[in-house]
Amino acid sequence: MKRAIMMDERDNVATALASLVGGERVEVVSSAQEVLREVAVSDAVPLGHKIALADIAKGGAVIKYGEPIGRASGDILVGDYVHIHNVESDRVPLTGHMLRSK
Amino acid sequence: MEFQGFERPKDLVGVRNIVLVVAIADCTEPAARMIAEGIEGAVPVTHHHGCIAMDVVPTLVGVARNPNVAATLLLAMGCEGIQAEPLRDEISKAGKPVDVINIQRIGSTRRAISRGREMVSGMGDQAKKQQRKPFDVSRLVVGVKCGGSDTTSGLAANPAIGVMSDMLVDAGAAVVMIEPIEAIGAEKPLAARAVNEGVRQQILKWIGDEEKRWTVPGAEMDFMCRGNIEGGLTTLEEKSLGAIHKGGHRAVKGVLKNKEDYLETVPPGGGFYLQDGTHSEPAAMSYMAAAGVHIIVFATGRGGSFGHAICPMVKVTGNPDTWSRMGEDMDINASTIMEGKESIESVGKRIFDEVVAVASGKVTLGEQLGFYNFSLWRRDPRLEALLKIK
Repeated sequence: MKRAIMMDERDNVATALASLVGGERVEVVSSAQEVLREVAVSDAVPLGHKIALADIAKGGAVIKYGEPIGRASGDILVGDYVHIHNVESDRVPLTGHMLRSK
Repeated sequence: MEFQGFERPKDLVGVRNIVLVVAIADCTEPAARMIAEGIEGAVPVTHHHGCIAMDVVPTLVGVARNPNVAATLLLAMGCEGIQAEPLRDEISKAGKPVDVINIQRIGSTRRAISRGREMVSGMGDQAKKQQRKPFDVSRLVVGVKCGGSDTTSGLAANPAIGVMSDMLVDAGAAVVMIEPIEAIGAEKPLAARAVNEGVRQQILKWIGDEEKRWTVPGAEMDFMCRGNIEGGLTTLEEKSLGAIHKGGHRAVKGVLKNKEDYLETVPPGGGFYLQDGTHSEPAAMSYMAAAGVHIIVFATGRGGSFGHAICPMVKVTGNPDTWSRMGEDMDINASTIMEGKESIESVGKRIFDEVVAVASGKVTLGEQLGFYNFSLWRRDPRLEALLKIK
């Protein structure tokens, strides 16, 4: 089974260590490589992108490395693909220029 | 735990035995190269900011004082704004041999090169007499840096280097992290690690000043780019948290000042420090060298093909493809984390062991190639004045 890594025990997202297809089940591992649980992903998730490990209501903190990395801009359900379409930065908003720049 | 190092004056220890030939400005660079050519241990360096950029002087002085350097020859044209004698006097405070050749005074370039080669050979012969001796690991000062980052950097290489950083600090050694630009967005967790309120304020200023420099109206720079987003990074907070992971989790003892006229070195006694500086790799490494760093541990996703003139570099990649393509340039394979074969902790311990081995003389893969980089960042005092950064 493919894996996703949870960088800190407080996190509510895990990062995919391989590209995943919608509906696929994935092992969530700790930084010590222990299997913590399994989760089914709702959509395709590319390598290095994130999966929700819990429901996160709109406005709720998205937590990775044990720290907030932004806020949910819509309701996120466990197994959902988590990226710029449903998360906003609290620090620097994403701009069109950033999306175009290499 | 001990490593085998070179004893230096002023109770310092080096891990390399370099004779540095410094071209004070670019004018004397070719002659400096010819002086050092073929002499074992001799390393010629220069910078390309001309001879009136006085703000590079503290870095030049710092690198010559770095304990990896056994002796220094300064090569002057004679008419520089940056004068050789005051530079020599500052460097000599480290208690190591330092001398000057002035081409205009000696009368010709050929004569300067010939005299320079005699002097550098003599300095090298003296340096070679030094034997490595055992020192406690607590005497080491290690810099951490990342570059060519990709999605694996924040998951594998940086967290593993963070384990190494904590192990070094716990062993009484010092760890230095530069690159304030990448801490923008990670202010809160970093400031929470300050040993006291004064340091907490220093950390916030360290990050805030850098943000000012890169958000000048009309010349703003993006802190995130499309490549970051395509790699899976959603916000600046996520990007920055992944980057600062290489600095581990121990208390921040201070922010080393780096000003036009002053560059603070790492105080004795170990611990984790931040350093004011830049993110551009070779120049950032020169700043770290000037602060007294012995070895630089470098995390990369996409690979890196450089070394530093003063500090051996231990390169770590977390990307399995980079490891298979560029393995002969990478000292440590952290891609085992991505493949589920090894824990972050275990890779961190391997990096720690590698750093101790390199401190004792193990030749890094970059050093085997025999080339190195040296460049200086110019923090333009005019911009600092306009932005009212003190």
